[in-house]
Parts: sequence; structure tokens; C-alpha cells
Amino acid sequence: MSASPDYSHFVKTDAEGRSRIDLAIDGITCAACLGDIETAMKRLPGVMNARLNLTSHRLAVTFEADRIAAGGLANALEAIGYRAYPYEQRQVEADEAARFSLLLKCLGVAVFAAMNIMLLSISIWSGEGASMPPETRDFFHFLSALIALPAAAYAGQPFYGSAWTALRQGRLNMDVPITIGVILALGLSVYETWTHAPHAYFDSAIMLLAFLLAGRVMDQAMRRKTRAAAGNLAALKGENALRFTPDAAEGEESLVLTPVAALAEGDRVLVRAGERAPADGVVESGASAVDESAITGETLGKPVGVGDNIYAGSVNGDGALTVRVTAAGHSALIDEAARLIDAASAARSGYVLLADRVSQLYAPVVHLAALATGLTWYFLLGASAHDALVIAISVLIITCPCALALAVPAVQAMASGAFFRSGLFLNDAAGLEKLGEVDHVIFDKTGTLTLPEPRVVNSAEIAPDLLELAGRLAHSSSHPLAIALARAARGSAPLPDARETPGLGVAAPYGDGDALLGSASFCDVESPGGDADASAIFVRMGERWARLLIRQTLRPDAVRVVSLLRDKGLRIGILSGDRAEAVAPVARELNVEEWRGGLKPAEKIAVIDELNAKRAKVLMVGDGLNDAPALAAAYASLSPIDAVHLTQTQADAVFLGEKLAPVAAALSVARRARALMRQNLALAIGYNAIAVPVAMAGHASPLFAALAMSGSSILVTLNALRLRGPGKGVTLLLRDAKGASGGPQRPAGLRGSAVAPSA
Amino acid sequence: MNVLVFLIPAAIALGLVGLYGLFWSLKSGQYEDLEGAAYRILQDDDIEKK
Repeated sequence: MSASPDYSHFVKTDAEGRSRIDLAIDGITCAACLGDIETAMKRLPGVMNARLNLTSHRLAVTFEADRIAAGGLANALEAIGYRAYPYEQRQVEADEAARFSLLLKCLGVAVFAAMNIMLLSISIWSGEGASMPPETRDFFHFLSALIALPAAAYAGQPFYGSAWTALRQGRLNMDVPITIGVILALGLSVYETWTHAPHAYFDSAIMLLAFLLAGRVMDQAMRRKTRAAAGNLAALKGENALRFTPDAAEGEESLVLTPVAALAEGDRVLVRAGERAPADGVVESGASAVDESAITGETLGKPVGVGDNIYAGSVNGDGALTVRVTAAGHSALIDEAARLIDAASAARSGYVLLADRVSQLYAPVVHLAALATGLTWYFLLGASAHDALVIAISVLIITCPCALALAVPAVQAMASGAFFRSGLFLNDAAGLEKLGEVDHVIFDKTGTLTLPEPRVVNSAEIAPDLLELAGRLAHSSSHPLAIALARAARGSAPLPDARETPGLGVAAPYGDGDALLGSASFCDVESPGGDADASAIFVRMGERWARLLIRQTLRPDAVRVVSLLRDKGLRIGILSGDRAEAVAPVARELNVEEWRGGLKPAEKIAVIDELNAKRAKVLMVGDGLNDAPALAAAYASLSPIDAVHLTQTQADAVFLGEKLAPVAAALSVARRARALMRQNLALAIGYNAIAVPVAMAGHASPLFAALAMSGSSILVTLNALRLRGPGKGVTLLLRDAKGASGGPQRPAGLRGSAVAPSA
Repeated sequence: MNVLVFLIPAAIALGLVGLYGLFWSLKSGQYEDLEGAAYRILQDDDIEKK
């Protein structure tokens, strides 16, 4: 595309009149790219500053809008080998970033306060015998209070807020005992300081906050990284549309390349052969057949003419269409899918996270135990009200789920790291737990088991020189089949002087005569007929000719991954919106017996609901708009990165690349993570079983409580680290693969695709 | 023990300086790109200008 795209929709102007644009960049492989990109940008006239973020792969450029257009920046990047697309920060991501910086500030304050208070507390403990006069001790307590109270008020914000929300809704979560523990410990300590008592517990309260915040920061950092990567991928998938734009000259219209996000209702766009429709609309002129497989799963083209509706995401066949946009962003089809999704996810929302389930049981037990301890000491053992209260609070602090609160997030952070390295992005932490429990896997066919783009299937039977020629000719055509062919022949040069006859084929002078690529009649050969579900395209050079069969092909490792999953004891099924005749050969090749074709979205949900009713835990893997409701209805869900946007947001995790291996990796990592979470919870509860009786007996000194707390936290964090290790996500899969099928194929490129997603 | 009157405020003040440093670095966006910063120091485009 030689013309500069019109990116003015994304340009922002700051107070000083400078324009600024954020671009997501694809193709960054190493640190050297940083210098390349920034230098190339700064050399352009009118560019004032360019700064690349190597962590999020985003480039912020400040420039003078009257000297260079934003589209020119993208072209300049393309010239040095990077793909760029304007990036609009989504609200979710801004919220995550704000939350991360709040947590980091809270952690900073808590650590600062903990250090200073410990400095004072350790002096008090070591001077406990006789050497420290009571006045000094009281002074130290007073100083601790001065530091601890404002620090706890600031650093505890994340906990107080969430505990208050939970209580108002009549629920209990982990943050409730934390909040009560911290507030009681601080309150009692202030009272102790006031009455010149020997012990205060400012240190325990602040240390508790510091440890818990460390866990939350870790969790948030991982989540933010995943969001940034997913945001970039979404931006880079953004497409441009050719919009008719009124020219300055009267009455004239010109075609301008415009990002889809900038389209508005009533705009007219040109959809050329082989292009994807950018928005829902009505055909104003032209006739063609459109492939709606991304939406319905049906691979057979649907004829459209003037006045027909066309849906965003459908691929135009062989004629050019002028489309008037009726709905930018939403459409009847999407609304229908959204309605089904709402219904399906309402039915599913009963799921409770493992940690919350434990805390729902645990929190009341802790509160009751502390209360019972206090009452027992006061009424039965004759302790003073003050002593009974101190013991009750130390029970609350010791059981305060420091380890329990770290046990699950630590594993989640490690697991999402392992997912990341295997080319998976987790949308939701609950997804990890659900993936670990799955016992049924249901695949969609089009775009999930098969590659989203069709391929040449009989290339082995064709003379290599003819195949190469076909590839070179295909570069000059925009027909969908030719595009598929050109992609396979990447790297070869297009033939000069090629002429395209739209809808028929391409011809170019080659050697003595013409080389032809196109339909059977265009190449003047007699079609041998045969294969019904493949499209045929012919290539001819002089007297020699060949027939290329182009068809949806299975993902390269689909057979292996499916058999691997079956060997793990999972039941496999296929539910497709495509015709039954198209699904049958795929099911046969994958050796899947439970399959159904020609299903509407509501029918897919019905099948899944039937399984849900039998208490099966279904993992749905799908990509089309018609799969989105089924993904919402299933227990857990995955979708490939090429999936329709709405579908992706429904999935628990999204996977990258051409291979299906990440599906197996996801299940493998999730199962292991689930096991580690349970171990960690068991460790935390085991620790409490030892520490609580000590505290109840009234033997827990503040020092003991602090040590026990940190010890158990470190233990569960170390246990969670066992999920890590260099490329563990991949090795887990490899080991499983070897055990199951001899594992001759190394899932190469898994790591690579995770680090540098190539389009 | 009188020395404590100086030492403890000094300790707290030093801690506060560190805390201010964290807030300042967060505000000036130094946690935005932890990977890039490591390589930025190796660039010598500032030398070429001389």
C-alpha cells in the first residue's frame, strides 16, 4: 500500500499545539531495534521527539502536524521493516496501570514504616530485661504510633476498600480478617502506649501489610504485562478501510485509507476482492460472493448484490463492492451474540475462586476462634479483660491469612508467566483454576482446528517451476485464492507487466509466451473435476499446466495435540457451524467420534448445557462470532488470537501462533498450577494448625508472631516458584508429549512466538 | 540517651528521603519501561551531536 493511511483520528494535540500519536509496533526482536526506530523517526522532518517503550513495544511520537502526517510515520517505519498501527489506550489498561502504581506506593510506605518501627521494636525487645528505662520504652512506642498510624491508613487502602465492599454485600473475603486484624492491633497498641504497658503491636500490623502488599504488587505486575501485550496484538490486528472522502475540488471524491475505528455511520467504503468488510453495511453497488466463515463457520460463499446486508468480518470474494456503513462498532449480528452471551454467562457466574472459597470457610473460623479464645481466658481461666484481649488479637494476627493470601496469587503469577512463555494470554485469573479442572474439550472447526487462511494442499504433486510461477503471478491479484497462494510463495518476486482480469485470472508475459493463472476457462484447460470441498485454481505456461487445490487445512499439530489430549483422559468433541460434509473429513482425520455440523449458536449452547447438566466440565475452544455464546456457556474457554474481538473477550485465555500446542500447554500448566495452589493452601493451613494453639495458649510473643508470619509466607512463595524454571511451560508439554506419542516433533517456535508475535 | 533525640529523627528523615525518591520515580514514569532503560544507556546519539 503506497498511499499514506489517514491516521488523524488517533492524533492528539497537547496544550502547546504539538501533535502526539501512540503506535503499537510489531517486529521488535532485540534491543538494537530501539536505536533504529528512534533514530529513523527523529530524522523525519517535523518529528520533535520519539520514544520507544521496549517493555510494551509502543512508540510515542510528538510531531508538528503541518509538516508531516501521522500516516507518514507508519510508512517510514514500514520502510525499515516494522509494522505500526495507532494504538488507543483502553480504559481497562489505564485502570490496571493506576492500580499498579497505587499498590507500589502503598508497598513503599508500608516498607518504610516497617523498617523504622522494627528499628524501634528490636531496641525494645533487646532492652526488655533491665537496661531500658520505661520512659524510653514509652517514648519508642509513641514514636512507633506516630509512624504506624498514618502509614497504615495510607498503605491499607486496597484492603479496607475491598473489605468494605464485601461486607456491604454481605460476603466475607480475605480482606475482612486482614482489615479487622490491622485495626484491632493498632487500636490495642495505642491503648497500650497510652497506659504505659510493656508491649505494643505496631510492628506486627505494619509487617502484615507490607507482606500482603508485596504479594499484590507481584500479581498486578504480571497482569499488567499480559494486558499490554494483548492490547498491542489487538491494535496490530486493526485494519484499514478505503473510504470515499469528498475532495477539496468540487464534487470529486477520492479514496483514502482510513482506520476502521474512524469509520462512522453513513460513510461509504470500497471493499475490493479478497478484502474483509470493515463494518456492517448495505451494498450500494457491485455484486460478489462473500465468505462469512469468521462469523458463522460456514465456508461456502454467500452471493450478495445491491441492497443486501454485509457483516463486518466477512471476506469479499471476487467482485468489488461499494458499501454504505450502517453500524460502526455494533451490528444486529453482534447484538444477537451479545444477548446469548449475557444469558449464558449469567448461568455460569456462580463460580467462586478457590481462594475465596477457602476464605469463606476460613474467615468465620478465624473470627470465632479469636472470640472464643478471648472469652475462655476471661471467663474460665480468670485472665484480666486486657490480657484476654491481647491473646485474642494475637490469635487474629497469627492466623491473619498472610500465607493464605499469598498462597494463591503467587502460583497465579508464576502460572501466567508460564502461559506467557507458551504463547497464551490469560484474560481472567479464575480461568486458570477452571482450566485445571476440565474433563471435556470441544473444538470449533473453522479457524480453530483449521488454519484461518486456506492453503494449497497438493503442492507436492506439482512441478516446482510451475508452482513458483503460480506464486509469482499470484502477487499481482487480490482474489482470496491468489492471496492464499501468494502467502505460500512469500519471498518470490512478482512478475512485471502482470494484468488482472477481475474474477477470472492474471496473465503476464513470461519467456516466449504468456503465463496464466486463474479459472479453468481463463487458462483454457479442461477441469478434471473431483474434489468438492477444495477450490481449484489453474496455472498455465505454454503447453504445460497444473491444477492447484486450495482448501482450509488443519493446524500443523492438530492431530498430535488432539491425540495427546485424548491420552490424558479428556473427551474430545467438535461442534461446527459449517456443513456436516465439511466437518466429517476433519473429524475422521482427528479420529473424533463425537461431532456435529451445521449448528446455530443457540444449538451449540444447547449441546454444552446438556454436558453441563451431566456435571461435565467443558473446555470450549473457538474463534468465530458464532462461538462466543458457546464460550460463555462452557466451564472454561480458549480462543486463537485471530478470533473475532467479541469472542476473544469471552475466552478465559487467548493463544498465539499457528499451532494448537498452546491448548495442550494451557491444560498442562493449569493442572499443575491447581495442584500447587492446593499444596500451598495445605501448607498455610498446616502452619496455622501449629501456630494457632501456641497463640491460644498465650505464648505468642510479638517476635514469634512476626517470624512465624514471614516464615510461612516465604515457604508458600518458594513452593509457587517450582512452577517456574527456564521454559518450564514448554518442557511440561514436551514431557507429556513424549510420554504419549513418542514426541518426535518438538514444538519449536513456541517460545519465539510468545516473545515476538509475528503477524 | 540524649543522642536519641538526634538519631531517631535522622533515621526517619533518611527513610522519608528514600520514600520521596520512590514517589518521584513513579511519577516521572521510571517504572514504565524497565527493559528499555537498560539499553538506553548504551546509545551514544548524544555524542554524535558534539
